[in-house]
Amino acid sequence: MANTLWIGTRKGVFRLRSDARRRSWKLSGPQFLGHIIHHVVEDPREPRRLAMASKTGHLGPTVYTSSDRGRSWQEAATPPAFRKSVAGEKPRAVERVFWLTPGHVSEPGTWYAGTAPAGLFRSEDHGANWEPVAGFNDHPMNAKWAAGLRTPDGELLHSVRVDPRDARHLYLAISIGGVFESIDRGADWTPLNEGVAADFLPDPSAEYGHDPHCVIQHQQQPDRLYQQNHCGSYRLDRPSRRWVRIGERMPKRIGDIGFPIVAHPRDADKVWVLPMDGSTVWPRTALDGKPAVYCSSNAGQSWRRLDRGLPRAQAWFTVLRQAMCADAEPRLGLYFGTTQGEVWASANEGETWRCIARHVPEIYSLTHAS
Amino acid sequence: MHNVRVASPLRSYTAGAAQVSARGVTVGAILDDLERSHPGMRFRMIDEQDRIRPHIRIFINQREVASLDDALAPRDEVHLICALSGG
Repeated sequence: MANTLWIGTRKGVFRLRSDARRRSWKLSGPQFLGHIIHHVVEDPREPRRLAMASKTGHLGPTVYTSSDRGRSWQEAATPPAFRKSVAGEKPRAVERVFWLTPGHVSEPGTWYAGTAPAGLFRSEDHGANWEPVAGFNDHPMNAKWAAGLRTPDGELLHSVRVDPRDARHLYLAISIGGVFESIDRGADWTPLNEGVAADFLPDPSAEYGHDPHCVIQHQQQPDRLYQQNHCGSYRLDRPSRRWVRIGERMPKRIGDIGFPIVAHPRDADKVWVLPMDGSTVWPRTALDGKPAVYCSSNAGQSWRRLDRGLPRAQAWFTVLRQAMCADAEPRLGLYFGTTQGEVWASANEGETWRCIARHVPEIYSLTHAS
Repeated sequence: MHNVRVASPLRSYTAGAAQVSARGVTVGAILDDLERSHPGMRFRMIDEQDRIRPHIRIFINQREVASLDDALAPRDEVHLICALSGG
């Protein structure tokens, strides 16, 4: 069947549409040329609906939604915004909407948004109006969990995950701050970082303050989580609260630093990462200019390099945390978008790769839509 | 009624108009009136703590506004400026 990829870039949104065999891809767009697009996400409960996180270089952040598969877009009437601060409080204002997650299947119209600085917001009307999730944003520990340690794009709240078995069970991640869990639809939260390295902190065994780059929850086996972190890649099998560093099985010269991590939608043991150079001053580029995807088919016990078709040398791109995804085909397709504006695709689970789009602006997110 | 000059990044809210009219005795009141006639416009310029966003400047005639409480005299003109940013 035909597949769609939404490309959120630093200067607009683009769409790639394949033929039924994923052999040819047609690029369309841009829409919102010049707008900074951090995330474009389809609502799997109602695939004609989309939400898009946007701002411009001048203007404040907002969310656009579509109910016709992206043909037309409407701006949120009430975009994500912190509550008005009271005397003595440090005022918080959303600088960018960074992350969007559709809610549970039992809650049609519900979405979650993560922002910079770290804030969690919920919409119950398909993204038209957003409210702060006070249980997180005003949690007594919030100022310590979200202490203002910024990435170059700010303090990012991302990887909001809704347990497919239970709408009340949520995960989120803050870069920098750590992973947190709620079992009461966001009313209360606890850190979930045991076992995760934080070698940049004064106390490497701290309860929070970690730097998760991307956290995923397997939709068919929801007790299985993976995390690509600033300090390695990890697996967590609930109810355990202790992450296991699966990246230690990666070749030592490659290491286990990266931004994205993607799991096979039908096989919780199969997972892909895209290592980057996290040495010295953190170039965040492909290691040695030779990009490669690494795949584990046994939940991280061993890894295999997949680089057929990728550039063999002098390719210094970066793939950001929202810029790698899978489709749902029987022979799974994998895709990633680079900061140099290229989209690479594999129609055979990463065995071979080819470039299906180039010369678009810096890619911030690449998401699959039906 | 005051004349308000609108920078190009904001004209998606004014149907492309570079000049619109708004009523109010302070800058804040002008922006509230603009929000009524052009929904969504205010939040792109003013954050949830009522601070002017970093790359936005507002002028009354030739004078840069320091606060949304700044008052307007009759026939004052308001300029909504988008300061240079990014590359």
